[in-house]
Amino acid sequence: MNKRTATLLAILGVALAALPAFAGNYVLSVATLILYLAFAGQAWNVMMGFAGQLSLGHSLYVGVAAYVAGGLFFHYGIGPWAGLWLAMLACVLIGAAIGFLAFRFGISGVYFALLTIAFAEFTRIGFDHLGWTGGPGGMFLKVAQRDQIDLLNFRGPPAMYYYTMLVLAAGAFALCAWLLKSRAGYYWQAIRENEEAAQALGINTFRWKMIAVMISSAMTAVAGVFFAFYYNNLFPEQIFHISRSIEIILGPIIGGVGTLFGPILGAAVLTVLGDAITELLAVLGWEIPGVKQVFYGVVLLAVIMFVPNGIWPALARRLGLGK
Amino acid sequence: MAWDLIANVVISGVLTGLVYGLMALGLSVIFGVVRVVNFAHGEMMTIAMYAAVVLFAALKLDPFLAIVPVAAAFFAFGYAMQAGLINPFITRPEHSQFMLLVAVALIMVNGLLLAFGPDARNVQTEYQLESFALGPLLFDKGRVYAAAAALAAAAGLFAFFRFSLTGKAIRACADNYLGAKVVGLDVKHLYALTFGLGSVCVAVAGCAMAILLEVTPQLGPAYTLLAFVIVIVGGLGSMGGALVGGVLIGVSEAMAGLFIAPSAKSMFSFGLLILVLLFRPQGLLGRKQ
Repeated sequence: MNKRTATLLAILGVALAALPAFAGNYVLSVATLILYLAFAGQAWNVMMGFAGQLSLGHSLYVGVAAYVAGGLFFHYGIGPWAGLWLAMLACVLIGAAIGFLAFRFGISGVYFALLTIAFAEFTRIGFDHLGWTGGPGGMFLKVAQRDQIDLLNFRGPPAMYYYTMLVLAAGAFALCAWLLKSRAGYYWQAIRENEEAAQALGINTFRWKMIAVMISSAMTAVAGVFFAFYYNNLFPEQIFHISRSIEIILGPIIGGVGTLFGPILGAAVLTVLGDAITELLAVLGWEIPGVKQVFYGVVLLAVIMFVPNGIWPALARRLGLGK
Repeated sequence: MAWDLIANVVISGVLTGLVYGLMALGLSVIFGVVRVVNFAHGEMMTIAMYAAVVLFAALKLDPFLAIVPVAAAFFAFGYAMQAGLINPFITRPEHSQFMLLVAVALIMVNGLLLAFGPDARNVQTEYQLESFALGPLLFDKGRVYAAAAALAAAAGLFAFFRFSLTGKAIRACADNYLGAKVVGLDVKHLYALTFGLGSVCVAVAGCAMAILLEVTPQLGPAYTLLAFVIVIVGGLGSMGGALVGGVLIGVSEAMAGLFIAPSAKSMFSFGLLILVLLFRPQGLLGRKQ
């Protein structure tokens, strides 16, 4: 990356690291949410931007991971660091299963998207009837002291969650940058652009698509575990809902699918503007549910119609940055 | 379990299933011809249901009579949406088209939430509480009328596609886009017409459904998925398949509700979708592509 990009990244990094010193709890929580969406979006981006498979059921991995880690903590007191690995394993297996079923049977494009939605919905209703995870009434994790940092159980002040998410998002960014530059990255781009040509060149498309799906689900699992221990309450209706899946993909699509900065930029723009609108309406005295979502829909529509490659590529060109 | 209970549940499922089938028919027509995944299909149906509710509340207009103005409005809306919004996207990559309609669906669902709030609304007519009795079998009047409306609309659509010149032209576009253009058909106009017709199906189904259920904004996404399940199970490109699929899903949902748990009935539909996508993607009556 060129000097400009590096400088901008450095400034951004310093600003983000210093944020808790200036910001109150509300701003911190918004920032954490942005980073969470950026991280989850980046995870989804691996499947879509790298392997070209549109997944509209990513809430499945968030939910399964959250419930696995949360359930282990709730029933057996197993801390999040151990639960994380089991959650990731579960999600990788599920992702691999879906990927295997889809790719072996030649399902792609719209049908793959529908398949992912079907799996997510199936799981949502399934968890509604699952006693071990509390059913539709939800699962509530004990919220211990928030002032002291209890890293073992992942409890602490908002700043701790913020920094965790910052590290995760930065890590995801670095991982994706490294993946893109590696051999795998070129294989994925080839598969995305023209799968048949890639196969003709001798690339084992099945294997690389599976790897992309597994990486994507593993990363999303981490987001799920974070979700469980940050929000401390889990409801199947909410966590597996299709609107959660759409929430995850809004960032990358608006920012730019397949790019590195896209998900982060998209998540930031959407969350900030969305909250600004809600705040503005609240100030004017209107508490209207659904306005934020309508706004998201309109922005999504506008981006898809006029800036289909996302905001980041256009912005990058203007600012003279690299990818 | 008494057989007449099961029989009544099956009958109820068949009748509701015909309304589902009409909704799915609209999607099948749109998907089959324009090749656009109308992710806003269920949301449009919900809007139709709300239209029926509003007309009933304001003008005491029976939903079946409301079909006429609602269908006309939906035709215009569908035509405009295809011509204005979707047509430029036909040449774009698939996920782009998909996301376009996801955005539209998002706006629709939350627009309804803004306009009507999250509480359920419904229509209350006298005949909803009555039923025809045939021995031990009970046919809810509302359901029978709804199913009749669905069948009438479907028959009308079949006839249109089979016998009218425009219908044949639309089928030609579906079969061979380039060929249709070569022959001189105004494909863009025909696509818009098709979307309009699909929207009319949704309008009729919505008004009929308003008799059967309460409406909330959240029904939208659920119906979209249901429509896709039916279309894929019944077979893409097969109009009969959409109706058959609708009845199948209607009955299986009713049975699942009876034997397992009412809240689990959708699970069955999604399970069926997964199986069909994997093992018989052309559906029951579809053509192998």
